Amino acid sequence: MALRNLGHGLLQSLRIMARNKVGFAGFLVTLLIVVVAFTAPLFVALDMTANIDQIYQPPSLKHPLGTDYQGRDIFRQILTGGREVIYVAALSAFLVVLISIVLGSLAALMGGWVDSLVNAAAELVLTIPHFPLLLVLAGFVRLNSPAGLAVILALIGWGTLTRTIRAQVLSLKERDYVQAARALGLPTSHLLFREIMPNMMSYLLTQFVLTMTQAIYSQVGLIFLGIIPLATHNWGVMINLAWNQGAIYGSSSVWYLIAPITVIVILQFALISMNRSLEELFNPRLRSGE
Amino acid sequence: MALSETLRKVWRSYYLRRVVKALLTIFVVTTLTFFLIRLMPGNPLDIYISQQLAQGVPLIEAQQMAAALYQIDLDKPLWLQYLDYIWSLLHGDFGMSIVSTRTPVSDLILRFLPWTLFVVSVSLVTSFVLGILLGTVTAYRRNTLLDHVLTSLASIISAVPNYIVGVLIIVYFGVRWKWFDVAAVRGSLSPGVHPEWSWAFLSDALYHAALPIITYVVTTVGNWMLAMRSSTMATLGEDYVMVARARGLSDQRIATAYVGRNAVLPLFTSLAISIGFVVGGSTLIESVFTYQGIGMKLSSALTSRDYPVMQAIFIIICTSVVAANLLADLLYGLLDPRIRIEGR
Repeated sequence: MALRNLGHGLLQSLRIMARNKVGFAGFLVTLLIVVVAFTAPLFVALDMTANIDQIYQPPSLKHPLGTDYQGRDIFRQILTGGREVIYVAALSAFLVVLISIVLGSLAALMGGWVDSLVNAAAELVLTIPHFPLLLVLAGFVRLNSPAGLAVILALIGWGTLTRTIRAQVLSLKERDYVQAARALGLPTSHLLFREIMPNMMSYLLTQFVLTMTQAIYSQVGLIFLGIIPLATHNWGVMINLAWNQGAIYGSSSVWYLIAPITVIVILQFALISMNRSLEELFNPRLRSGE
Repeated sequence: MALSETLRKVWRSYYLRRVVKALLTIFVVTTLTFFLIRLMPGNPLDIYISQQLAQGVPLIEAQQMAAALYQIDLDKPLWLQYLDYIWSLLHGDFGMSIVSTRTPVSDLILRFLPWTLFVVSVSLVTSFVLGILLGTVTAYRRNTLLDHVLTSLASIISAVPNYIVGVLIIVYFGVRWKWFDVAAVRGSLSPGVHPEWSWAFLSDALYHAALPIITYVVTTVGNWMLAMRSSTMATLGEDYVMVARARGLSDQRIATAYVGRNAVLPLFTSLAISIGFVVGGSTLIESVFTYQGIGMKLSSALTSRDYPVMQAIFIIICTSVVAANLLADLLYGLLDPRIRIEGR
């Protein structure tokens, strides 16, 4: 049932979004990047053996974005290097939304000590600066699996959303139709999933996208600093290697740094512009500027 | 009866509750780091001791060395170790660095922290003030060309992670167009310049801090602007602004005393949050510009597995963020009288 509501919410959002050009363009670009990132590894062979005579080639027909410090094609690395970055961001955003729904609605519906506990914990997670906490955790926990990284990112990122969901559930549960359902003696799970949650779907969707952009920020930052083992090859690792190999000092080598930066920036920009118009559509008060 | 009433009143005080909350947060953070160091699987203490044993150091001596490094006496029961640890932290004793031998961690913090605080405070104030000015202007001139240009610019830049902006500044303004010497701006001071009240020192410090500051300001000013823009537009629709207009007050006076003042208020709450973000994000920016602040020290401590340093810097960063949040909240209480009456 919840799934059907989600599907319905998504469809409806799409329909509304097509009305806003910037938002729709952001959506299309995001979709394109995601589809390419997940299908390219199936079709494009990533040849990571060094070609010493091809080091730092400028862009050409053979190498559309030039080659890296070991003579490997950059374009292929870009095509295949997004899957992990997007996977980690999406998984951690999904976990953040999940944790926040559970904690936020528990706090709002149960009240009492559960509420106080959730509030105190959220306050704590919000106050501790995230990036240093990530660094310190990375010092203890081996962050070499993408799923593990997503979990850690989620564990420190649920504070804000939990608080807003709590506030929304608190307000929604006083509405007439929820009160009516409660008077009928329907169970709490029904109240939550059938009456309250469907009203929050659009909001949760924008929060999911927003959390993804934050997860990309932290994730690529960790890789950039070299805190995460550079076992696989993705956009973050490319930036790290290009930066540390001194690619910024040559005119044909700088492609190696600028290419992954450009895709990441385009992805972030697409996500944010899609989200901003989504927010405007769902929250008419933001539209006052029109 | 009278006493409990007074106590309740004191507890209800917004300021007291905020201070208690702040102290509690710092306490939880220090407790957390203690148990992380001590109880995590593969904890650095055990690793250190086994490393020393492998080098032929006798067990007791290795344990003593570990105890000196981490301010933890391994012979005592855990709760006593914990109390000792808290006690030495209260005296500003964070143990010794593993990598820089014979250097107390507190010395390292005193050396690196001021630079970060300098950069962070200058950046925050600059970008806040600039954002409020731009936000007010775009709100008053909405739907003009200026408004469209500024708001789209703001949303483009807010999409780019700040460390990436830093990298791009170095690549294009430094290496490509040679507007500044990439090698010379590294570090927080040029060799031979020492902290003192002189023009030479101040200008050199600013020269080295300029790029991190510019990066922070460029990446955050847009958000302040957008927040101030929408807050101002909301305020412009309020009844009291209409009344002020009806009374024939000058536009200047309405803009500052009525609209500006009330529109800025909600932004102070986000100021508290952004302090944490900027201090917390200092690691990345400082690493990009090799600026010798506390954030860069944290990442180097992490790569060299210098746990006592790492732990202490984390506590210090958290404490400064909590203190800054507290300050912002207390100031907010002064600015907005409603908060004092509600007692929350």
